[in-house]
Amino acid sequence: MSESTSALKKRFNYRIQVEPRLDVPPVWFPLVVSLGAIVMALILGGILISVAGGDAWKSYVHIAKASFGDIGVLSDTIVKATPIILTALACSVAFRMKLWNIGAEGQFIMGAWGASAVALVPLLQPDAPRWLFLFVMVLAGMAAGAAWGFIPGYLKAKFNVNEIISTLMLNYIAVSWVNYWVFAVWSESGFQMSTKFPDNASLPRLLEYAKTFPILRGLTTHGGLLLGIVAAIVLWLIVFRSRWGYEIRLIGDNPHAAQYAGISITRNTILVMMLSGALAGLGGMSEVAGVVHRLQTSPVAAGYGFTGIIVAWLSKLNPLVIIVVSVLFGALILAGREIQPSGVPKMIQGTILVCLIASDFLLRYRVRLVRVEE
Amino acid sequence: MNFIIILQAGVASGTVLLFATLGEILAERSGILNLGVEGMMLIGAMTGYSVTIHTGNPWLGILVAMLFAGVISQVHAFISISLHADQVVSGLALTFLGTGLSLVLGEGLSKSGTVALMPSFSIPLLSLIPIIGPIFFTNQNVLVYIGYILTPLVWFYINRTRPGLHLRSVGEYPSAADALGINVYRTRYLYVFIGGMLAGLGGATISLAVAPGWFSELTTAGQGWIAVGLVIFAQWDPIRAAVGSYAFGALRRLILDIQGPTLLLGFHNPFYYNSYLGFFLQMLPYAFTVIVLVIGSREAIRKRLGAPAALGNPYIRGERGK
Repeated sequence: MSESTSALKKRFNYRIQVEPRLDVPPVWFPLVVSLGAIVMALILGGILISVAGGDAWKSYVHIAKASFGDIGVLSDTIVKATPIILTALACSVAFRMKLWNIGAEGQFIMGAWGASAVALVPLLQPDAPRWLFLFVMVLAGMAAGAAWGFIPGYLKAKFNVNEIISTLMLNYIAVSWVNYWVFAVWSESGFQMSTKFPDNASLPRLLEYAKTFPILRGLTTHGGLLLGIVAAIVLWLIVFRSRWGYEIRLIGDNPHAAQYAGISITRNTILVMMLSGALAGLGGMSEVAGVVHRLQTSPVAAGYGFTGIIVAWLSKLNPLVIIVVSVLFGALILAGREIQPSGVPKMIQGTILVCLIASDFLLRYRVRLVRVEE
Repeated sequence: MNFIIILQAGVASGTVLLFATLGEILAERSGILNLGVEGMMLIGAMTGYSVTIHTGNPWLGILVAMLFAGVISQVHAFISISLHADQVVSGLALTFLGTGLSLVLGEGLSKSGTVALMPSFSIPLLSLIPIIGPIFFTNQNVLVYIGYILTPLVWFYINRTRPGLHLRSVGEYPSAADALGINVYRTRYLYVFIGGMLAGLGGATISLAVAPGWFSELTTAGQGWIAVGLVIFAQWDPIRAAVGSYAFGALRRLILDIQGPTLLLGFHNPFYYNSYLGFFLQMLPYAFTVIVLVIGSREAIRKRLGAPAALGNPYIRGERGK
């Protein structure tokens, strides 16, 4: 650090000093730094959009209007945020243990497949009561996601297989797997989608209550939001208020200390990957039962798993913060669909993550301007 | 289904993986894990194709692609080397950034017409050797031949030269290297840059030689991640990386060709009669990567071979060495 500043030293009597932070910074400080990073990312993203021939300001105004402009679009924003909440929760619990589960996307898709199987195999008759349908679909979605998380967890625990690559490869395999079922088994007369679920196999939407509350007319927000919020609270309790959560955090912070304390890293690796997969799978269930009501790959697998990674990181792995941050990213995805060039939302997400990681430096180090003594 | 043709095409498409894997080996040997390969490859593929469309010169396209991918890799270098951030998250961020940036800058590129591609030719005498000639030296792209030369060159550089020794020492024991006067930071920046350039070369190899065109994210379809996996399988050795890359290339080609004939080893070919089974064939390269990782990791444990000791650890001068 000091070499780069030596040129400055001759002209100014000050130099920049970087030292590790020993004290804990005040509560507001990480928040300000994160906000600063987002603003920085939006500025950088704006420059990149301009370079690519777009109008950055127009894009941002459009995003704000098209996602928070009125109650109708706000409801659509929340619909987009719902799967992100669950995938971000999935990533957060794995990241907490320094398990890099990049496979929330695949676990999400498998969850959607598991939930669809209940309605399409069918495991339940179409006239089964709604509560039973939803209960079994939640279980099936979480089980399928957990199974998809178990594979990399087991491989990591037993053979030390790098989970980043194994989870990523399983994403591609999940897409092919679901494509097979959509095209070959459940296809609706050869189209790229399955037949529609029976009516009882859907999460309730706000618009169903429009008769009693007229204001809810046309609002598509569905019960998946409730699943997401409940999951966030339960996960918060697990991570911060339970013995298991303590073990997870300890392994993440210091695996050697955890091992000496008699905590099984093998067992926790597998369990946490399964929990992570189950949460992502629940997201997949919520998407098919709440939004599309059938199984198809393109809108179901829309990159929610990858957005979840960024949201988890931005929320500092805190389950409750994830709910709020997910809404912002839901807005970006919702409004981003109409923005040209079409890669803009993805690029902004990438820029935000880059700026966030860079800004973490300020949390770990103190940067000061100090007077040079002659 | 002709096995010579499958292997010949496998060597060609494996060259993509080879370049990316060699680049990642260099970066990881210096102690920096760069998970941004997929993003840098997309940048390279998009840039190479775009520049070639506008200038008509594929060589210039390759050059600019390598430079741009190298420059974008420095985002990861800065965050992980100078800011001591977690290399996993930083590399992921680079993949997101590279993917998004290539989608934005490559908008509308897929609709552009055909471009001049890198030339293909046969090597005079060598192509006459039975079996080896047709597979390796007949009608291959010039980039494939560059791959043949680059692989032993990188091996020699890492294992038999002084800068290669410096590279390895920085990746194994940075504080000792620092004490000997090797600039750890500069070395790491340099090899992340070279790694980025090679990933960009890999990407441009797709868009200008192996599967010409720009098909947004589908251009690479996860090959950058397969390359990261191959590094572990190759145990950070360029020669093993070449074997792995060509094998994977052949596998990709085999998947396409196996659906053609009506008879397979004398039996009815199920993949011909039920095209839906093709979805399972599509899983194979990814499933194979996982299997290869299991083999590679077990072998590494057994032989006590491993990653460069300092891989993934930020080097902070004056802090207790790891």
